[in-house]
Amino acid sequence: MKKNKIQVIDFKQLEPYLHKTNDTTYLVNFWATWCAPCIKELPAIQQVEEKYKNEKFKVLLVSLDFERDLTGRLEPFLKSKNITSKVFLLNDPNQNKWIDKVDPKWSGDIPFTLIYNKQFRESFSHPFTFDELNLIINQKLNNP
Amino acid sequence: MKNLITLIFISLFAISAAYSEGYNVGDKATEFKLKNIDGKLVSLSDYPNAKGFIVVFTCNHCPYAKAYQDRIIALDKKYKPKGYPVIAINSNDVAANPEDSYENMIVRAKEKGFTFPYLHDETGDVCRKFGASRTPQVFLLEKKGTDLIVRYTGAIDDNSQDAAKVTTAYLAKATDAVLAGNTPDPSFTKAIGCGIKLKDAK
Repeated sequence: MKKNKIQVIDFKQLEPYLHKTNDTTYLVNFWATWCAPCIKELPAIQQVEEKYKNEKFKVLLVSLDFERDLTGRLEPFLKSKNITSKVFLLNDPNQNKWIDKVDPKWSGDIPFTLIYNKQFRESFSHPFTFDELNLIINQKLNNP
Repeated sequence: MKNLITLIFISLFAISAAYSEGYNVGDKATEFKLKNIDGKLVSLSDYPNAKGFIVVFTCNHCPYAKAYQDRIIALDKKYKPKGYPVIAINSNDVAANPEDSYENMIVRAKEKGFTFPYLHDETGDVCRKFGASRTPQVFLLEKKGTDLIVRYTGAIDDNSQDAAKVTTAYLAKATDAVLAGNTPDPSFTKAIGCGIKLKDAK
């Protein structure tokens, strides 16, 4: 099994990933291993990622776990769930400075998901089911 | 053109809906009565000598909420004598996370040595009124006559991981400002936290 190498980054390093202007549709999911509803929706995200793996669609998981939990908690979790998506650990404690830059509507509770491409941008502050997510991604990929 | 006007109306409606949920700074908060971990009901009118309150939505299970509980104890110790006691509230539905049960609130409060009431908002109604969405989230209330005015809402400080690395202690700064008769700046902040999961409204 491939080991998922996690990069620890700050918001400045994350920001470009929220504003790509190529032909790809991006799903950026803010989550953490301690967030029960986040864990519950991860399989739906994984399924959608698998379904559209040959399309212009990319998933980015942004973990808000504490940095000290990286090796003891986050990495073992990803391994046990066989999650191979790109994962960042966003270690930028001054959250008040960057939450609005992700989306002014976001109050800071997770899960929080941003789906965007160069024509479209929407955020969601509830956990997804596969059907709901599939509908959105399918539509974005087919009616860009 | 007509479509554009419709769209503007829908957007305005969406914006007003988003902002009318819960209390904003300057709003009047209403009194509540909730069960404390000692089995007794607590309401804000039980504190005739308080100048205001630090209301904290917290819980038993959330690492971000837990990371702040020592700091909340310190805030209570500092500001209770100045007239601003802490009132902690757990609004999470026990069905969503068994760790957030009333019994576990008693355990958590003992474990940490809470110096303040830890109230159980079983129906989630108080949380809905305040519009709290995550733990931890604070509301600083100032008594003005019989009214309770929201002076600050948001995060406790700017570093949830490490109290030693805090650069701005938002809540303490806001409380000091109100005590000095000034307006807190900032009066609103955001932070990452665990979403509060309420029992469905009846």
